[in-house]
Amino acid sequence: MLLGLAAISAVACLAFMTVGAKGPWSFVLPFRGAKLAAMILVAYAIAVSTVLFQTVTANRILTPAIMGLDTLYILVQTFLVFVIGSSRTVAISPSVLFLVQAVAMIGFSVMLYAWLFSGRTQSLHLVMLVGLVLGVLFRSLSSLMHRIMAPNEFVVLQDRLFANFNTIDSKVLAVAALAVLAASTLGWRKLRTFDVLLLGRDSAIALGVDYKATVSLVLIIVAILVSVSTALVGPTTFFGLLVASLAHRFTNPERHALLLPMAVLLAILLLVGGQIILERIFAFDTALSIIIEFAGGIAFILLVLRSPSR
Amino acid sequence: MIVARNLTKAYGGVRAVRDVSLTIPRGGVTSIIGPNGAGKSTLLGLLSRLQTATSGSVHVDELDVAKAPSDVLARRLSILRQDNHLVARLTVRDLVAFGRFPHSRGRLTGEDQRRITEAIRYLDLEALSDRFLDEMSGGQRQRAFVAMVLCQDTDYVLLDEPLNNLDMRYAAGMMKLVRRIADDLGKTFILVLHDINFASIYSDNIVAMRDGVVIRQGPPGEILQGAVLREIFGIDIPVHEIDGRRIGLYYF
Repeated sequence: MLLGLAAISAVACLAFMTVGAKGPWSFVLPFRGAKLAAMILVAYAIAVSTVLFQTVTANRILTPAIMGLDTLYILVQTFLVFVIGSSRTVAISPSVLFLVQAVAMIGFSVMLYAWLFSGRTQSLHLVMLVGLVLGVLFRSLSSLMHRIMAPNEFVVLQDRLFANFNTIDSKVLAVAALAVLAASTLGWRKLRTFDVLLLGRDSAIALGVDYKATVSLVLIIVAILVSVSTALVGPTTFFGLLVASLAHRFTNPERHALLLPMAVLLAILLLVGGQIILERIFAFDTALSIIIEFAGGIAFILLVLRSPSR
Repeated sequence: MIVARNLTKAYGGVRAVRDVSLTIPRGGVTSIIGPNGAGKSTLLGLLSRLQTATSGSVHVDELDVAKAPSDVLARRLSILRQDNHLVARLTVRDLVAFGRFPHSRGRLTGEDQRRITEAIRYLDLEALSDRFLDEMSGGQRQRAFVAMVLCQDTDYVLLDEPLNNLDMRYAAGMMKLVRRIADDLGKTFILVLHDINFASIYSDNIVAMRDGVVIRQGPPGEILQGAVLREIFGIDIPVHEIDGRRIGLYYF
């Protein structure tokens, strides 16, 4: 299953690199290569972060979006356009913008965890609840600014709020890859411990897992991955839920050593496949997230309807 | 030996466990009985570090539960709580294998496999070992969780209402198994039980709680007395001696 999926994903990547190439290869390959690298990086970050987040929360319908990171991204973008205007926002170097975004989001999450999780309550649900409420606050602030913004400015802004792989800066990509790699090495040795978390908090502690440390580690990894991918291309929340659900369905036994590669491959397949459809069929007339959410939404509903009730 | 000193657990303003000091000897079976809301499960949670005490301390032999590393404790003491719902889709064997995690950190050795098979056999689950837990009855699932805890192979085993969902045959079978393991392997069992008669027949030692306080502790012969049961549960329970065992008839 895993091997088959890997083969299909590889074919999709190959197709993305070669189909419909009109210019000389020396231009086409690096140009598309950067896009492909960005997609693989985002696919990896979203898939891994969603699966891990669902593991620590013991909940199969949550995504890290509940922590308010996406809305924080929207708020930062909106704030920039609102305060300094769209023309100057567009002129900001992408590396600087990426760094500002990523640092804001990672800083926000780590503060939230540190504040709540180290206190006496130590409740993961409280952390999520506060994240959720702050997310609503960010959204409200953004939509207030959207309302009093000039319509032209808003159009520029709206375009930036859809996930977009067409304008990726290679320097930004390298920094993002480095951050993702660092986050992955943090978690790599703990894969088997993550399996135990699937049994829930009490069983995990009973089996000798240092629960607080492990959950904090997972939350930090998730924060880094989500922040990097959102800062790179914009919000892609629903996508993670879809990929994680599919991966859980196809993996047996549910071990993270199988679950994570499965989710990552599915994510790559969906993103690259979606981008091919976007470029070749719709000729860039729409946004990738619209295609993915349309196809993914249908797949997801089918999945829910067909799965045995738990 | 498990020693609790001045344990208190407060939820908001309500104190579920109030200033409990308790010594549970090493070896044998100790049952905790008491009415609903007496603090039995909370006490078990505190003894096993799943819950943090508001004040007071717990020592398992030389280990201070609040300070000892979790993985060291997991090789000394295991606990099964009342409701174990799972999000993961696991087979019985997968679940039982998690019991070996404190010993092998997830890399199962031949010895681990042997112990997993043994635990599955103890709980009479061989025929079900490849079934998924979400496709089994409550009683079968309960036995699978007990198998996982036994597989952890610890000196102290804490079970919160292990007879939940079990029919007569498996309830009696579970208690006999507990008794046999305690006698043959010298392990210490601490059980929360609702049925005073199982506690009477199979325990060496009964701890009776009411309103967050331990009100009595002693061998079954001392606790299974009309006056004592009245103090614990607030109802009159006639006690009869049948084949040398004291049985409380609380059905009418």
